[in-house]
Amino acid sequence: MVDQTTTTLEEAVSRIKPGSSVAIGLALEHAIPFAAGHELLRQGTDDLTLIGPISDLLFDQLIGGDTVSRIRAAWVGNVSAGTGYRFREAIEEGEIEIEDHSNFSIALALQAGALGVPYLPTRSLLGSDIFERSDLFQKEIDPFSEEELALVPSIEPDWTIVHAQRASPDGNVHLWGNTGILDPAVGAAENILVTAEEIVDPEVITADPSRVAITSEQVTAVVECPFGAHPSPLAGHYNRDNNYYLTYHQQTKTQDAFDKWAAEWVYGVSDRAEYINRVDADLSITEPTVATEVRYGQ
Amino acid sequence: MASEGYSPRELMVSAAAAEIEDGDTAFVGMRLPLIAFQVAVSTHAPDSMAVYESGVVRDSPANGFIHTMCDLPNLNHAVSTTGMMSIMSRLQRGDIDVGFLGGAEIDRYGNLNTTWVQSGDDEIRLPGSGGACDIACMAGRTVLLMPHEPRRFTEEVHYVTSPGHSHTGGRRKNHPAPGGGPSALVTSKATFGFDADGELYLRSVHPGISAEEVLVDFPWEMNTAEDIGKGTVMTTPEPTDEELKLIRTFDPDGFWTQS
Repeated sequence: MVDQTTTTLEEAVSRIKPGSSVAIGLALEHAIPFAAGHELLRQGTDDLTLIGPISDLLFDQLIGGDTVSRIRAAWVGNVSAGTGYRFREAIEEGEIEIEDHSNFSIALALQAGALGVPYLPTRSLLGSDIFERSDLFQKEIDPFSEEELALVPSIEPDWTIVHAQRASPDGNVHLWGNTGILDPAVGAAENILVTAEEIVDPEVITADPSRVAITSEQVTAVVECPFGAHPSPLAGHYNRDNNYYLTYHQQTKTQDAFDKWAAEWVYGVSDRAEYINRVDADLSITEPTVATEVRYGQ
Repeated sequence: MASEGYSPRELMVSAAAAEIEDGDTAFVGMRLPLIAFQVAVSTHAPDSMAVYESGVVRDSPANGFIHTMCDLPNLNHAVSTTGMMSIMSRLQRGDIDVGFLGGAEIDRYGNLNTTWVQSGDDEIRLPGSGGACDIACMAGRTVLLMPHEPRRFTEEVHYVTSPGHSHTGGRRKNHPAPGGGPSALVTSKATFGFDADGELYLRSVHPGISAEEVLVDFPWEMNTAEDIGKGTVMTTPEPTDEELKLIRTFDPDGFWTQS
């Protein structure tokens, strides 16, 4: 078990070594750990393999910053605007490797990892070029029904990075809203980095165990990181900053343009607090985020 | 906005909403279907349910504009905000009636490409499948939505991201995936069905559009409803005043439905 006490984002991210496989952006367009991603860029942690379902922008930024050598994902782009230009160029130029998945196949790969089994079968993929043009998946006859199935081999990431609403200092995590493939990715990972809007007293977490999505023995490092998912939304805290996505689309069509964008938004700030000061958008919501104690009949 | 008082995309939303039947569980993806489900559940399909691959399940319109399925108004007062394994499990069990898909390219059997397209000598990389391949393989039926641009209609797609019907004819005959395959294609000029062999045919043209100008955009000789004994090529119903009001409530700035 690794040191689980809370730490700084800089220190936590420094534990992720070049060449690591990292699952990130697992709740689809919700709660994307952009702060942790930008710290990977600042530290220049390169040769990464990124794992995810629909990746809304963060993969594109990590590719633009030249930290990525391989992608295992179902969709990489900008949901508001379509294309992610850094992804597109890197793939077309053969600069990075891509393993094409569907959302379900990446979910199943991680679920297999979480279950500790070598693969899981599915009725999806067959008849697609995701299957036909890949040597990753296998076609098998189910020995019971004799139906054709596709077998999806497991994926066990070195790191899964999660942004959550709150955590206790020892790493029990309250997380709510839709979760995408977060659960299987947490289960399959060797290490888990949690960035949380708030670090709270352990009593706040234990007041409502049904909101605990990750428990301390699973967690490698916990970091308090307000606004850590911006520009993606975080239930209970802030809305999606859609203009950011549209502006990014306009400003990153070439590598030079991306470098200029990143000089301002990533390399030009030392940490998340400085970053937040640059964001000029009203993303406020009114939902109270306090935990209401669950009594379970007591 | 079109001179008739609505935009082509507003008509597409109305036509897509009409493909959701009351009581359906619909798998709703990105862009126009986000609005189409909300219109359907507010009008003719009050008992329909939407599932989103992010994990969200809802049976009512969102209480604010949504750019994505994960925007907080889509989570607010949802029936549930679970995860993808739960949603995809329902899909694989055969519990999803209808799914929506878009594509950069489509061929005559409804195979869709959202991964690699050929442009002259260049291969252009697109974002990829997301959940589209899964929906195409396993939903009871799928409804396809695309802008009406001739370069998108091709004899054979460059990459099959989302399988349609069999190339060799027959609706999903010899197809290992359990879903029913494409049932309709809605473009910005017309709607199309799929015949007994799983091949596209022209079902209706949008107001002000002729069948001839639609058919010429396809590189193969496309059948019409008349050719296959399914009546005549009708005119797609215009969005009703109620539908237009709803579309403009759900997309007040026209982010998805204007331009």
